[in-house]
Parts: sequence; C-alpha cells; structure tokens
Amino acid sequence: MSDDVFILGINMTKFGKHPDKDTTDLGAEAALAALDDGGVTIRDIDVIGAGNLLGGPGGFGQMLQKQIGQTGVPVYNVQNACATGATALRTAIMAIKAGEAQMGLAVGVEKLSGAGLLAGGTAKDDDGTWTPSGRYGAITGTDGRIGTVTMPGTFAQIGMQYLHEHAYSGAEFELFARISQKNHAHSTLNPLATYTEELSLEQIMGDFMVAYPNTRPMCSANCDGAAAAVVVSGEKLRTLSAEQQARAVKVRASVLTSDPWAEGCQVLPDVNTLTRRAAAQAYEAAGVGPEDLDLVELHDCFATAELVHYDNLGLCEPGGAVDFFESGAPYRDGSTPVNVSGGLQSKGHPVSATGIANIWEVCHHLRGEAGPRQIEGARLGLAHVIGLGSACGVHILEAPAAA
Amino acid sequence: MTRIPIVDYLVLEPEPHLRAHECTHCGARYFGRRNACASCGGRSFTDTDVATEGEVEAFTIVSFAAPGIPVPFVAAIVDCDGTTVQGNLLEVEPSPEHVHLGMKVRLATASLGEDANGDEGITFGFAPIDQGSAS
Ligand SMILES: [Zn+2]
Repeated sequence: MSDDVFILGINMTKFGKHPDKDTTDLGAEAALAALDDGGVTIRDIDVIGAGNLLGGPGGFGQMLQKQIGQTGVPVYNVQNACATGATALRTAIMAIKAGEAQMGLAVGVEKLSGAGLLAGGTAKDDDGTWTPSGRYGAITGTDGRIGTVTMPGTFAQIGMQYLHEHAYSGAEFELFARISQKNHAHSTLNPLATYTEELSLEQIMGDFMVAYPNTRPMCSANCDGAAAAVVVSGEKLRTLSAEQQARAVKVRASVLTSDPWAEGCQVLPDVNTLTRRAAAQAYEAAGVGPEDLDLVELHDCFATAELVHYDNLGLCEPGGAVDFFESGAPYRDGSTPVNVSGGLQSKGHPVSATGIANIWEVCHHLRGEAGPRQIEGARLGLAHVIGLGSACGVHILEAPAAA
Repeated sequence: MTRIPIVDYLVLEPEPHLRAHECTHCGARYFGRRNACASCGGRSFTDTDVATEGEVEAFTIVSFAAPGIPVPFVAAIVDCDGTTVQGNLLEVEPSPEHVHLGMKVRLATASLGEDANGDEGITFGFAPIDQGSAS
C-alpha cells in the first residue's frame, strides 16, 4: 500500500568548534543546504521533524522556522538521546508514509564544544546528614560509589561484557585500541570530521585513560554540528526533474526500537537487544541481508561499542565480532567497510545531529559523491544509532537507479 | 551512632546483603521501587535477598569522574547467582593487572564517614575471594 520514501536532499555541516554560530544558526545552515541539495525550498515542505537536546527550553523547530521560513506547517520537536536525529528523520518519513505529507524536512543539531562528561555527576548532601531520598533511598550520589553510570564507563563495561561472554583471552586493551586506530585512519579522508589525524597504536594507548579500556581518542568527541535531510514520497518524486530523481536515495527500511526488558538492564543498559531487533526488522523490511551491504555507519560512541555492534547488526556470525574485526572486514578496503567517515571517535558526536549525519555519509557514497573516500560501486548501505535510555534507529538506503 | 546504608537495598543486619523487589508473577528483580513490573506488567512485589557472592562479568577502571569521587576506581557488573548487580570493586588495586573478567568476588562494605548527627554512612562493593588483597 505505502509508496517508497526517498532522500531528496541531505547535508551535514563541518563538525568541530563553531563559537560564532548558535544552535539555530547551525541548524539553519544544514537545513538550507539540504533544501538546496534537493533543489526545493521551504515552501515545498509539508512537515518538519526537529531534534535538539541541549539548546535550552523552547521549540528548536520553531526557532529554526523563524530563520528559514515560517510556512505554518506542523513541527514535531523530538528528543531521543543519541538517536534524536534518526527520530526526527523517522518522524518525517512516517508523516509521508501516513499520507499526510509529500515532502518533509528533518534537522538535528547540537552545540557540545567544551562540554565535559555527559551524565554522571554526584550531588552532595546540603544539610550535613545522611538522608535517604529517591527510588533507591540513596543518602548520597551513587555514581562512582556504586559503580559508574557515566557514558565512558558504561560503554567500557558493555565491551568488556561481550569479551567475557565469548571467552576472549587476548589483549583486550589493544584490541579496542586497534578498532579506534581504524576509524582514525578512515577520518583522514573526511574533511568534515572534527579530528582528521591518523593516530598510531602507541598514541591511542598512551593517551589519557578515561575509563579502561577506553582512552580519550577511543571516546567520541564532543563537538558542534548539524545535519538535515529532505525526504519525499515516490509519488511526488516522479513529478520532479530527471536530475533530482537521479540523485534520490531510496529508504529501503526505517526502524526505531526501544529496549525490551532484560535481566541486568537495570544496572547496565542493554544496548544489544534493541539493536538486534532493529536490525532484524530493517533487513526484513528491505528484503536484504547484512551480506548485501556495501558500507555501514554504526554508532561507535566508544571503541568498545563498535565491537558489540558488529555482532548486533549481524555483520558477523553470532559471537564472532573479534574474528570479524581481525579479518580486516570493517576496514575501508574490507568486505563490509564500517565507519569510513571516521566514526564518532574522529568525526565527532554532536548528539542530535549524529543520526542524520550517519545517513548523509551513506548517501554520499550511494550517490557516488564521496570523493577520495568513495566506496566504489556502493549500492546499499546501513546507518545505525543508539541512544541510552534506550532508543535505536536503523536505516537501510539504496543508491539511485543507474541513469 | 546509627549506621545508615547508602541505598535502601543494602541491608546491614544481621550480615550485610542486598535485597531486591521481586515480581511475584515473573520473578524479575529490581533494586529500585517500580510502579509495575517492566518485564510482565505485574503489580505485586516481594522482597528477596540477593546472593552475596558472584562473578565479575564486566568492569571498567574510571579515572575521570565528578568532583568528590576518588579516582581511579574499579566499577564492575557482578553476576550474583543470576541477579546482576553493579558496584565498585573494593580491596583491589585499580589496575588491569589486578582485575580480570570472571574473577570471584564477595559483597563487602566500607564507611562513607559520619554525618552531622554522628551517624555513619555505609556503602557496599565487592572484594576478591581467595586472592591477595592489595590495599
Ligand atoms: Zn513481572
């Protein structure tokens, strides 16, 4: 019944420090560039999905409209942790699939430069007494006293748990450092990444240890950035120019999941089950398998996270993530290139932008426009994001039909 | 002077142990209060004691934390006979040479110091079993 949905225009800003631009400036920059890329204007847009976490109160989508065009169309302001951008995109896609819109705009933006640890922090008692409060009757902050809830520590444990489950006996620190080394090597070809320097294993392992086994370059970089996409129904696309149709990327699957209950998820977030479910649903919707993918952008918020998602996305045999990595498969010249953009460890992770920026990277290759880092002949790609809490977005995208 | 546990699921008497809210329908266990069971939707819970010995199934050594938290410290996920528990590792050097996946541990407590009333806050963690304590 439902027609296909296509990405007509897409853009990501340079990730890094943008001290002279505010949240709305960055969002507007990406949105206007995405409209230009699609050859349309804000007057063609029927619905807007807008994602931002840290810009303060007030609807980011409406603030954006005041800069790029107040046309009166519905705006959905969304927040879904690190999956916020993917959620904004999926909101626009759902509106098209529901038949309520023919063309939608999704924008994700974050200003994070200089931000420290996300999550964590410990409140001190003010009155000088041990007084229980909250759902755990805690008398003081528990982070750092009863384990850790910071992102680096959480994802470190997630990677270590995978190694324990699969009885890994090698050098764990070096394994994860080499995954990071791969992504930093990939980043040298991406001018929009925050860090574009190749790092040696010694540099990565010798850097500041944030949460063993993740050193600083093995953690995603806090930075500023925005990304935006214009999506269009197949029906509408057929009325557009041949040039527009020739660059339109087909959305073969668009999936969002949350985490089902699992034993232990109350103390260590389970990022695996919801990713596995999202991947399975996406492969089924697209009618393809992981072996058909020409490239994957997955959510490597930490080096330890990348490893578990090889398995969660079905890129390897169950339990075979280490072998998959050691085989060279996820390198840009391997059988399933993963994070050829440099990943979040080098590209940076402006939270709400990430879920659209990953799709921009995949589209760039599928359109054959990725320049020196082009994966030759890429026809099918997958973009994955996960936000703790949790939310997981998976999109499978297909190259425009050959002219 | 009273001893006050850091969280209400740490029970100090007669011997320190953790107590979970267990769903009477499906057996899912929670340390925090729940309005209904996240696993099955059941609304009745019973208190149950958690095993005090377990195995480290994941750990990290945190060297960057909020002000007031001594670093580095070892945070771990411990499988206590089927119930997953989070806690710091105590009585062990915070270095990868001294901590390993699968190590056997037991519940242990430590003082958080006295408050203005002279009451002592007590936290918990896990200490290695059958290994030389380094600290
Ligand atoms: Zn239940």
